[in-house]
Amino acid sequence: MRKASRIIRIRRSPENPTAAPGTRRAARTAAALAAGVLAVSLTACGGGDDGDKNEGDDKARTNVTLPKLDGETLEVAAVWTGAEQDNFKKVLAEFEKRTGAKVSFVPAQDPIINFLGSKVAGGAPPDVAMLPQPGAIKQAVDKGWAKPLGDAALKELGENYSQGWQDIGKVGGKQYGVYYKAANKSLIWYNAKVFENAGVSEPKTWDELLTAAQTVYDSGVTPFSVGGADGWTLTDWFENVYLSQAGPEKYDQLAKHEIKWTDPSVKQALTTLAQIWGKKDYVASGALQTDFPNSVTQTFTGGEQPKAAMVYEGDFSQVNITEAGAEIGTDAKVFPFPSVGDTPPVVSGGDAAVILKDSEAAQALVTFLASPDAAEIQAKLGGYLSPNKNVPNSAYPNEVQQKMAKALIDAGDDFRFDMSDQAPQAFGGTPGKGEWKALQDFLKNPKDVAGTQQRLEADAAAAYGN
Amino acid sequence: MAADTAAGVKAPAPASPKRKSVTGTRRTVAALFLLPALVLLGALVVYPIGYSVIRSFYDQSGDSFAGFDNYRQLFTDDGIRTALKNNVIWVVFAPTIATALGLVFAVLTEKVRWGTAFKLVVFMPMAISMLAAGIIFRLVYDQDPDKGVANAVWVGVHDTFAQSSAFPKAHPGRESPLQPAGGGAFITRGTVSVGETVSLPLVGVAPDVMPDDAKAARAPEPEEGRINGTTWQDFTRGKGVGTLNAIDSTELGYAGMKIEAVKDGKVVETATAADDGTFSLSAKADGAQLRLPAENFKEPYNGLDWLGPSLVTPAIIGSYIWMWAGFAMVLIAAGLASMPRDLLEAARVDGANEWQVFRRITVPLLAPVLAVVTVTLMINVLKVFDLVFIIAPGSSQDDANVLALELYRQGFAADQPGIASAIAVFLLLLVIPVMWFNIRRLRREVRR
Repeated sequence: MRKASRIIRIRRSPENPTAAPGTRRAARTAAALAAGVLAVSLTACGGGDDGDKNEGDDKARTNVTLPKLDGETLEVAAVWTGAEQDNFKKVLAEFEKRTGAKVSFVPAQDPIINFLGSKVAGGAPPDVAMLPQPGAIKQAVDKGWAKPLGDAALKELGENYSQGWQDIGKVGGKQYGVYYKAANKSLIWYNAKVFENAGVSEPKTWDELLTAAQTVYDSGVTPFSVGGADGWTLTDWFENVYLSQAGPEKYDQLAKHEIKWTDPSVKQALTTLAQIWGKKDYVASGALQTDFPNSVTQTFTGGEQPKAAMVYEGDFSQVNITEAGAEIGTDAKVFPFPSVGDTPPVVSGGDAAVILKDSEAAQALVTFLASPDAAEIQAKLGGYLSPNKNVPNSAYPNEVQQKMAKALIDAGDDFRFDMSDQAPQAFGGTPGKGEWKALQDFLKNPKDVAGTQQRLEADAAAAYGN
Repeated sequence: MAADTAAGVKAPAPASPKRKSVTGTRRTVAALFLLPALVLLGALVVYPIGYSVIRSFYDQSGDSFAGFDNYRQLFTDDGIRTALKNNVIWVVFAPTIATALGLVFAVLTEKVRWGTAFKLVVFMPMAISMLAAGIIFRLVYDQDPDKGVANAVWVGVHDTFAQSSAFPKAHPGRESPLQPAGGGAFITRGTVSVGETVSLPLVGVAPDVMPDDAKAARAPEPEEGRINGTTWQDFTRGKGVGTLNAIDSTELGYAGMKIEAVKDGKVVETATAADDGTFSLSAKADGAQLRLPAENFKEPYNGLDWLGPSLVTPAIIGSYIWMWAGFAMVLIAAGLASMPRDLLEAARVDGANEWQVFRRITVPLLAPVLAVVTVTLMINVLKVFDLVFIIAPGSSQDDANVLALELYRQGFAADQPGIASAIAVFLLLLVIPVMWFNIRRLRREVRR
């Protein structure tokens, strides 16, 4: 009975069938295909049951002091759907239990900043919103919607977050955002059976990756699956290569468009990328018509002859892997994106809690979300990574999750936020336009490095207005 | 409405005071009855149109007047121009083909016994929402022949005439004695001579996809006066190549691989590998290079790229026709039913054949109905959005772009409300002549 009702609820959740940018991919892809809904909802139920049992333990440890807020009501807006939303509601329930406040979840649509715009215009913004891009936080501050964090929240944030994660929640030197959820986008998932058949081990460097790809190809399987129908998978590929090869300083400059896309470092990154994209036999056929969920599915279905051996994308790929019926940790394994330059890249995404209506209760909720207590509850439920360094690694439910969380925390301040998420949306986040389109064209014709750079620069100049 | 008030104003002057009060009441009552409709129309139609027109002259933020900049953008931006071009293609082809098909269906179903059942089936797609139809056709046009029915049919037809080979993707491994010979074939670097054994190792074929009769590869045995060799998959599962360019115990022979002996560019002898990969050539091949011709490696045909840049618009128009041909058919069938039968009978009696009856009697008589259907579909096509939005994958959305989709993208994704409003106004201008034509026709009909 419970399962049935949950299936219905997830199926009804509004979904945009085309992928939009940001970190909402896991949730989005979860419900994008009706076929996958069943699998997700079943995992959701499994996770939910675990959570219920664990809540008893959580109550014992409280690392954060919260005020009594009986009778207060709060609204939290986020674009999460399905299991992700259910899990987040458990965190909110814990907050209700500790403070006595009543918190309701407001489902929002992508892009959330436009959704909030209509709410603010209507005079009833939610108290707290989860914003997926640093650009969105800046927009909210510029428009006067966001309110700065209070002392309690700042103290909690300072204790639990590395400087880098604090800084991307700042606008003009003032702290507005608490990154509650992070995404590790520097992962390559692989079909364990194919690697075993080919006798390949996890590569650590780009050259090892190329060697591994060749060996996998020699064994009779296409090495890579690329979800080229969605532009953002391609920008993420590029960002990892660029961050590792050109270094964080250049990465920041390019993200702000302080250096041009015609820069030699971009040329080098694209040329490196073409070592994989440019080999027809290395990329599963029809890449430009393969959307992200399919690019994952085709890597983990088809027995010993899947369409491809490896697929690059962030931790949220887990949802699709589970949907494909593969077991994470046995059928599907993961290794960090190999280092192209000196150090391996850590490209991340994340959702920041931002206060839109200042009140004691809203401040208390953000303080709670900045604490390890809140993150631990959701970490145990799976499908979630926290940038909070005081969340014990053992809180994550399996080895793969622990590995991803460790890579994220170990990167310290060397991680970089997804570049296309930092760019104006016209350049970094619109299907068929800007960076998405330019890299799709590059995937179609990987020899055209110079032309790709020029197109990128022309579109970037128009979007950044400089 | 205008005529009403004009009459109301004129009427009181010559009339008696008593009558005046009556007309006064009438006007109040009329205004009272019209008020709700006027308020609704004003708030929901006139105001938004007016606001869009005004907004289209302002810049992105809406703060400063931008003149005709947004409109200039409309006709210079590449993306919008593709959208315009595609809209023209849509308006020309989609309504005409849908109407033509509808006509054919309507005329033919009239003559079939189970006509109504057939009509029902053709009309059924109309009951599906555009969104659902879009999702269905996204699957129909899937590149993978195992998923997309369009490619499944296409590949099925293709493979009936051209078989794929057993070893696509097979290629020389490291330090191989073979090298590419162009066109997908591979050739030995050196020549072979009698009494020698040759090994032709390749990699890239997984054991599961080997032909069923392939057996473990066996090393060639030298034979007097002949050239013997083996061609096999030089890759041991789980161990990489094993011993490079040498046969390991679990490696399989390329059963059925064709081998050509080439001397001075001419094929002097051919052989086919046995189940264990061994082959044997006579003394004729002495001093020749051995070539594995390209036919061994022909890749399986993958079908058409339905949703690629060149085919995506026709493909989506196809799905639109699937939906709307039924609509055209029902309207035309209604027109057909009210057609005077005696004309058809007379023509037949006069010796016209069926084609002439159709061409000279049915179609001209149906012309008004056909015009209505085409024009209605044209209006419908001008605002087509959902099918394109859903069917076209991100990589070819630009190539499939239409104005309504561009409006959405500019307004909600690119945050350019000025340009989006300009597109909306432009779309309105495009629809107006068609609307005007429809209203005029309707008036004429009423007068008749």
